[in-house]
Amino acid sequence: MTSLVELMDYDEVIEKYDPVLGLEVHVELHTNTKMFCGCANEFGGEPNTNTCPTCLGLPGSLPVVNGKAVESAIRIGLALNCEIAEWCRFARKNYFYPDMPKNFQTSQYDEPIAFNGWLDVTLDDGEVIRVEIERAHMEEDTGKSLHVGGATGRIHGAEHSLLDYNRAGVPLIEIVTKMIPGTGRRAPEVARAYVTALRDLLKALDVSDVRMDQGSLRCDANVSLSPKTTGALGTRTETKNVNSLRSVERAVRFEMTRQAAVLSSGGEVTQETRHFDESSGSTSPGRKKETAEDYRYFPEPDLVPIAPSREWVEQLRGTLPELPWERRARIQKEWNLTDEVLRDLVNANALDLIIATVEAGAKPDEARSWWVSYLAQQANTRGVDLPDLPITPAQVARVIELVNAGALTNKLAREAVNGVLAGEGSPDEVVEKRGLKVVSDDSALEKAVDEALAAQPDVAQKIRDGKVQAAGAIVGAVMKATKGQADAARVREIVLARCS
Amino acid sequence: MTNDLIHATAAELAAKIHSGEVSSVEVTQAHLDRIAETDQAVHAFLHVDAEGALAQARQVDADVKAGKVVSPLAGVPLALKDVMTTEGVPTTVGSKMLEGWLPPYDATVTRKLKDAGVVILGKTNMDEFAMGSSTENSAYGPTHNPWDLDRIPGGSGGGSSAALAALQAPLAIGTDTGGSIRQPGAVTGTVGVKPTYGGVSRYGLVAFSSSLDQAGPCARTVLDAALLHEVIAGYDEMDSTSINEPVPPVVAAAREGLNGDLTGVRIGVVTQFSGEGYQPGVLRSFQAAVSQLKELGAEIADVSCPSFDYALPAYYLIAPSECSSNLARFDAMRYGLRVGDDGTRSTEEVMSLTREAGFGPEVKRRIMIGTYALSSGYYDAYYGSAQKVRTLITQDFQKAFATFDVLISPTTPTTAFKIGERANDPMAMYKADLCTIPANLAGTPAMSVPSGLSDEDGLPVGLQIMAPALQDHRMYRVAAAYEAARGAFGGPSL
Repeated sequence: MTSLVELMDYDEVIEKYDPVLGLEVHVELHTNTKMFCGCANEFGGEPNTNTCPTCLGLPGSLPVVNGKAVESAIRIGLALNCEIAEWCRFARKNYFYPDMPKNFQTSQYDEPIAFNGWLDVTLDDGEVIRVEIERAHMEEDTGKSLHVGGATGRIHGAEHSLLDYNRAGVPLIEIVTKMIPGTGRRAPEVARAYVTALRDLLKALDVSDVRMDQGSLRCDANVSLSPKTTGALGTRTETKNVNSLRSVERAVRFEMTRQAAVLSSGGEVTQETRHFDESSGSTSPGRKKETAEDYRYFPEPDLVPIAPSREWVEQLRGTLPELPWERRARIQKEWNLTDEVLRDLVNANALDLIIATVEAGAKPDEARSWWVSYLAQQANTRGVDLPDLPITPAQVARVIELVNAGALTNKLAREAVNGVLAGEGSPDEVVEKRGLKVVSDDSALEKAVDEALAAQPDVAQKIRDGKVQAAGAIVGAVMKATKGQADAARVREIVLARCS
Repeated sequence: MTNDLIHATAAELAAKIHSGEVSSVEVTQAHLDRIAETDQAVHAFLHVDAEGALAQARQVDADVKAGKVVSPLAGVPLALKDVMTTEGVPTTVGSKMLEGWLPPYDATVTRKLKDAGVVILGKTNMDEFAMGSSTENSAYGPTHNPWDLDRIPGGSGGGSSAALAALQAPLAIGTDTGGSIRQPGAVTGTVGVKPTYGGVSRYGLVAFSSSLDQAGPCARTVLDAALLHEVIAGYDEMDSTSINEPVPPVVAAAREGLNGDLTGVRIGVVTQFSGEGYQPGVLRSFQAAVSQLKELGAEIADVSCPSFDYALPAYYLIAPSECSSNLARFDAMRYGLRVGDDGTRSTEEVMSLTREAGFGPEVKRRIMIGTYALSSGYYDAYYGSAQKVRTLITQDFQKAFATFDVLISPTTPTTAFKIGERANDPMAMYKADLCTIPANLAGTPAMSVPSGLSDEDGLPVGLQIMAPALQDHRMYRVAAAYEAARGAFGGPSL
């Protein structure tokens, strides 16, 4: 099934239309247990092993609210500068879907736990945009459907479906922005920057794994176009399945060019859910909404209202950690970084990694050097974001420590890092397994130096005559002979001593 | 001997079992025999678990022999409404939808009964998903009233009440959403109690309307009901709506009431529940009860609760709304019936065919009403307004209880009607719950105690006693005193 989609040139889109964004982010909390039962909240277990009568929605079962999830929701609300409800309820959102055990989702409707907030988002060039937060509310995740057979892995054309309810009832916080107008050309970038900022914030709060690739952070991007001529709001589409920060940006951009093409050819944008396809970078229609969904919300009668006391809320405010933007300001001052350098580090997703590496014992300059050069190259080669490289800041700090102790040369250090990236274990394990050792045994080095001098008698003579710079050739030969495992500085000392 | 055992009260049986005079196995077997003998005609049970019951009974007998402390009702048999989950024992809720389903867990009430050594004889018939007032809506056929087999035993818990009246069990569990314990109690001449909402855990009670459903004790005497009440009540962390307060002292109150003195107790007669639509014999029985309560020393006066007139319509918006959502889970995906899954149909088609085949007409009617009432654009007018009426009813109760200790009324406007008589007239059927619904909407406790027989048809009549939330003991005291003064009124000749 291939259908050609007309797209408008991006510059033309911006000339004719103002994009309006709306972003809905679902965050899976990493509480020990699920939202309404005592089942373990774990990613990746054997299907249907973390289940009980409640999260399977068996007849007679009842929910009980996870207090830790409420606490996380309030902390998220506070970090997003929201008001925290003095009294709120859960509500049932009724619709039929096989991976939803009760055929209603226990969520919140017109009484969210947090509302009216904002998040300041820094764009690549340093411009700051304030994104208004409409609400953050608590709900439960659904199970997962695995569609077997068929070409696309989606429900259409599948032969049968398998259901895994391990995820059913996992605590979710849905964070919804108000409409974000006026971002123009930068709309796709704003979308990415917002999700990035939110991810960093949630990570700092330690409430979620925030892994987009594992679905613990999910973004639905609402996009509509408003014609510059009339200024009227357009019909929006909601793009799902946006599984990386880069995809957020691409999906928004694609929808803008697609909707513009539809509108300029006299068509109408259909209000629908669309799926983003990572490989083609395009979106395609998902579930058709022939009529507006009527979820028949009503207050969840199986649960009692939640009324967080103001004392508790203030106590939770006191537990907020240093937030990402506060941290950046502090680091910039402490390390004396220019705005440009700081921005480059932030844009490369390197700052937090460098900070963590420094916290693990490395010096700022050394940590920075590793992350922005060698490791950035590795990430680039592998096509992943820097934070997704399979090496931790602590491991990088250990490599730096080994270099400083003289146990590794820079070249060996890179080999050690390669080993870690290849999954061979910790830096020390890689050093052990690959036999990465600086040859520091002077007698072995002296032997190698003597051999090199004997092989190049004319060079040896030059050194003896006082041409110290000629020593480089001998050092190079020794390094070659020892496969780089010698300490070059020490070799040089020996060469000079032998020739004196 | 067998005859004595099935006629005895639960309190008497417990005393005999605990003193070793008779074994729980003998008592249990006597009731199993009675069921075998009479249930062809009554059809109170959907499932009799003879093996499980006798195993439980043997355990109690062993405990008695070993001198282990046993709880007050240990060894006494009980009939459990089929709305409560029982691990490994069929739980159908009177519906084809759950035919053959074996729950993997016990309801909290089931577990408490087992822990107390109460012997569970089996699961009793009910209107499908507890929706009905006659047990005619059971997918497995109606239950017959032991007083007159052509008549209904009330509903939805007709099976539990009929089992008591037929001497098949001395104790039973019911659930009451709009009167499903009290109305069957009234028309079968047995005692039925709806405790304060939140007094008994709903965990494992297959939900009809979550904000109204409440499990409670059924028995032939007030004291027996009180003894059972204390076994099943109490806070449960598995039910967020259960109340974390001490269980009201209902057994002590029942014993106090048996002294026969109600001096100084202020009783209000709800004026809304009389007049048109009330059977004269029912009203005469009620007036006789009022006179007897006066003789016991109670101070009695009329009280008006005008919002009660709107209780029935409010109920028939709230209960269907909640049920439309609660019953959505029956979709053939995980348990129960699955229809049309022959590999050619989509998930939606299988869900739809299953729900079409698995639900009876009354259940479908309520799902449709509820779906409509919750729809966007109608929510405020229907569900929203009904919730406001609920608040007004609660306020009427509060005002009345400022003056009176308890309120009374007939439990139901008529005695048991004929099977089939109202089957095609839902409105007439719904009116059977006219007097019982306000207490559900307000979450307050209420009970039905027999007030003898109607003089015109010789069928049982119920006296409803209502109390403020968490004051369940007040109504037990009044009921026990009245019961003693009233005396015996015979039983069905089955």
